[in-house]
Amino acid sequence: MRKFVSAAVIIALFLTAFTIMGCSSQKKAATSIPKETAKPADKGTIILATTTSTRDTGLLDMLIPAFKKKTGITVKTIAVGTGEALKMGGRGDADVLLVHARKAEDEFMTKGLGKVRKDVMHNDFVLIGPKNDPAGVKIATGAAEAFKKIAAKQANFVSRGDGSGTNKKELSVWDKAGIKPAGAWYIKTGQGMAETILIANGKQGYTLSDRGTYLTQKGNIDITLLLEKKKDLLNPYGVIAVNPDKFPKVNYKGAMEFVNFITSGEGQKIIADFGKDKYSQPLFVPDAEKTAK
Amino acid sequence: MDLLLDGVKQAFILIFTGDSLVVEATLRSLQTSGSAVLISLLLGVPLGLLLALARFPGRNLIVAIINAGMGLPPVVVGLVVAILLWRSGIFGFLGLMYTVAAMVIAQVIIALPLVVGLTLTAIQQLNPKLRLQALALGASKSQMLVMLVKEAKLTMLAAVIAGFGAIISEVGAVLMVGGNISGQTRVLTTAIVEQVGRGDFSRALALSFILLAITFTATYALTLYQQKGVGVWRRTS
Repeated sequence: MRKFVSAAVIIALFLTAFTIMGCSSQKKAATSIPKETAKPADKGTIILATTTSTRDTGLLDMLIPAFKKKTGITVKTIAVGTGEALKMGGRGDADVLLVHARKAEDEFMTKGLGKVRKDVMHNDFVLIGPKNDPAGVKIATGAAEAFKKIAAKQANFVSRGDGSGTNKKELSVWDKAGIKPAGAWYIKTGQGMAETILIANGKQGYTLSDRGTYLTQKGNIDITLLLEKKKDLLNPYGVIAVNPDKFPKVNYKGAMEFVNFITSGEGQKIIADFGKDKYSQPLFVPDAEKTAK
Repeated sequence: MDLLLDGVKQAFILIFTGDSLVVEATLRSLQTSGSAVLISLLLGVPLGLLLALARFPGRNLIVAIINAGMGLPPVVVGLVVAILLWRSGIFGFLGLMYTVAAMVIAQVIIALPLVVGLTLTAIQQLNPKLRLQALALGASKSQMLVMLVKEAKLTMLAAVIAGFGAIISEVGAVLMVGGNISGQTRVLTTAIVEQVGRGDFSRALALSFILLAITFTATYALTLYQQKGVGVWRRTS
């Protein structure tokens, strides 16, 4: 009996220790932030709302530490779909957005929700699907034609269906093809890109993915890349600083530091080099300097 | 099947080489859910005692709410806590969103009804004469309460097991209010979701094994203690 009382005491102590550890580490963090940002005052933390593709490819693992090192600003990265990221910005719940849905971004700006928007980079979308390609999309001249073929065959198509940037792109392609996709062959997952690729793999269906996420999942699936490098498959990313005139609580200074960093020579070089070693090809092409000049 | 076997192998390598992501997420999970269980106990046991012993108008309604709360969907808790803690929410000024504190709050809301409800049941299952006898033998009110808690501790341990198991393995709420931020709010469950997204199944499996090991160890230790308690009761009766 005594043994077990002591066991319980040990467990309790263990849990308490963690609690105290947590409290003290939070205190430490609280006291250390002002020190780090002592030079440029008042910009401790920013909330970055971004798309899952920038995190899942690992790009942010390179960008965020470099940014932190340079500016001392802590970044809270919340990886959601572009649609949700724009909504977070539209409520003032995020300071800076890194997203990919040009039309929705422009709307965001004209509504006055964002203060500054800059081009950052692009990569491209790819159409992936079953190896035997039942709809014959391989020979299509563009995404719209490929989508027409898929709809004609009623071959399984797996859609994000979550209002993300990729989903918005997909819907615009359907629109261009003049088709309203519906029926048992059109599967909406409501999940992130990686999950959607895995579901497409299970259902042996087609799906539209950004190249980066496709490459990270390539080893786990047997559906394959069927259509790429077409004009209507470009995927540009933009960075937006949320408007402090609308939302006084946003950390505009910190957000602008991030905007400037990611579009600077240093940030753009990180983007250009990213993925060369792991995928033997860069996953993103920097755009900022081109548009700035 | 190869994936699973390879995953197991990779998992052990990552665990024994002290992979920084694995270590970080494990410690954060223990810190968050450990704090949440402790807070739930501190709040939940007195509340359960009060509900078991006191009679006041509206008590049945509160008990019904607690019982319903035992099956509270974590995602719903996460969503509501998020809406309250967002900058645009009414508690936005506290700046708690995307912190460990926010995750603890959500987990306490999930675990508290379990602790209160099971404490209530435990006390009510005791023979009512026990209370009268204690008072008749000259116990003060606080002595009587301590005795009741001691008598009911086996069922209350079940509350700890259930609460801890529920929150450490929960993903929806912590993802929503914590945001799975590297080095700040990434716990085992959210890290697993992220690693699947990154296509790194072996790391996801490594994290899964640790999660299973923690829940099993905690449950096992508490069960041992609980079952030993049963033996003592038999001997003395």
